[in-house]
Amino acid sequence: MSYLKIDHVDKRFQRGAATTEVLKDISLVIDKGEFVSIIGHSGCGKSTLLNIIAGLTPATSGGILLEGKEVNAPGPDRAVVFQNHSLLPWLTVYDNVALAVNKVFGGKKSKAERHDWIMHNLDLVQMGHARDKRPGEISGGMKQRVGIARGLAMEPKILLLDEPFGALDALTRAHLQDSVMQIHAALGNTMIMITHDVDEAVLLSDRIVMLTNGPSARIGEVLDVRLTRPRKRLELVTDRTYIAARESVLKFLYERHRFVEAA
Amino acid sequence: MGQPVLKDAIAGAAIVSLTGKPSEVLPLPAGPSKSVAARLAPLAKGALVNMVPPLITIALILLFWQIAASGPQSSLPPPTRIWEEAKDLITEPFYWAGSQDIGLGWRILVSLQRVAIGFSLAAIVGVLLGTLVGQSVWATRGLDPVFQVLRTVPPLAWLPLSLAAFRDSQPSAIFVIFITAIWPVIINTAVGIRNIPQDYRNVAKVLRLNQVEFFYKIMVPSAAPYIFTGLRIGVGLSWLAIVAAEMLTGGVGIGFFIWDAWNSSRLSDIIVALVYIGVVGFLLDRLVALIGHVVTRGTATN
Repeated sequence: MSYLKIDHVDKRFQRGAATTEVLKDISLVIDKGEFVSIIGHSGCGKSTLLNIIAGLTPATSGGILLEGKEVNAPGPDRAVVFQNHSLLPWLTVYDNVALAVNKVFGGKKSKAERHDWIMHNLDLVQMGHARDKRPGEISGGMKQRVGIARGLAMEPKILLLDEPFGALDALTRAHLQDSVMQIHAALGNTMIMITHDVDEAVLLSDRIVMLTNGPSARIGEVLDVRLTRPRKRLELVTDRTYIAARESVLKFLYERHRFVEAA
Repeated sequence: MGQPVLKDAIAGAAIVSLTGKPSEVLPLPAGPSKSVAARLAPLAKGALVNMVPPLITIALILLFWQIAASGPQSSLPPPTRIWEEAKDLITEPFYWAGSQDIGLGWRILVSLQRVAIGFSLAAIVGVLLGTLVGQSVWATRGLDPVFQVLRTVPPLAWLPLSLAAFRDSQPSAIFVIFITAIWPVIINTAVGIRNIPQDYRNVAKVLRLNQVEFFYKIMVPSAAPYIFTGLRIGVGLSWLAIVAAEMLTGGVGIGFFIWDAWNSSRLSDIIVALVYIGVVGFLLDRLVALIGHVVTRGTATN
């Protein structure tokens, strides 16, 4: 039985008489522990797809099966790390994670256990030192780390990352990619990441799902990235498999499915 | 004046450590006492800068008033006569000599108590109604036109109706406060609720927060800056309304004191009472602003 199954998902938006088909017949099976990236040009509907998996947006037809059961509403079993971190600015770093932990584990863990679990997750993203800071007092990269800690702390079956590093500078981004790789290696989570960064997709993923341009985007190609883990970004620069994977994604994006500016 | 001293001390220390032997620890020539004074000086200077201009303005107003009201035909008393006639009101706000012969401080407290009750009710009901209107499209469609009409009704126009309904001056005055203060609270809360970022709503959905948790964990803190804007306007309007309402309902409040003073032609007393009202209104506004500042310190910075 598949872990997560995206089953013939279509998404159409209706505005008045006009209907826009965003996603068409998306089917994908993801195994437990897999790291899958979804890549495509801006506006192709990749964030919509992630929102459908998260349950934040309903699919027009088709559905999502998690461990054989249909999921169509949001829940902590599919935690989301949002692009702009979405930390609550009036809560401290600790309280932001605590909000999630107390809600998800309120009845199951004791107060001391929950505290340990919050600190464990903050330490996992190296943010334990900033527990009493508010989001306004820490950098963009740190906010995103806390966002990841909040997602992980829900102990989700799948962690959904919506362009998690899109708003960060290149150096911070590399740091966070390394952190995510370490976490994925240590915990073996199933992760789905939306990205438009080819290097990021190849570096992190087991499989890269490439979406064609919208409207009516569908899965154009799925690339297996057969690189051994742990992966080291410096060694990969000259790795043949890496170069080939990178090339095939680039060719898909810039030769076969070039982004055509609307008007 | 202190800043150059501080700069000199730093510059001096830097030169010493650069030219001297790095292994030796050289004490700073300027002792810590001087640097404390240097640090305090800008604060004192800031206070001075903020205090002096309003004091000059007040002095000029008093001077102009004194000259303008000193003529033999003048109908209003100059500041010096106010001081002579109403000295006890100014210097002894809390004297007590019988049920109607009490200091202005007590009267203000009575009025403040009415405002506190009416305004608290308005704040609670206003935030709840504002949340409803901000959250639900149908509530907006149904209630907003009614609110928009009712909020233009002047506070005192409610008074006869509330006197008829409550048959007592105390609850009537409180009702007038309530009905005056509630509209800005409702309207600002509704705007704040509508402006809650979709991201926060998504976080709540992923966590499966229930309605009650969503209300006090996301909605209220997120809309707090807007809510406090509404509360600040509301408290100002309450203070405007209580004086007018008390003029008509009687009793012990500051409003009735003015009416009473007018009926016995004590103009100096009225002017002193006006100053009291102005200062208290200012303090009320600052109090709500301060509470808002403390409560929303996280929300506003993002």
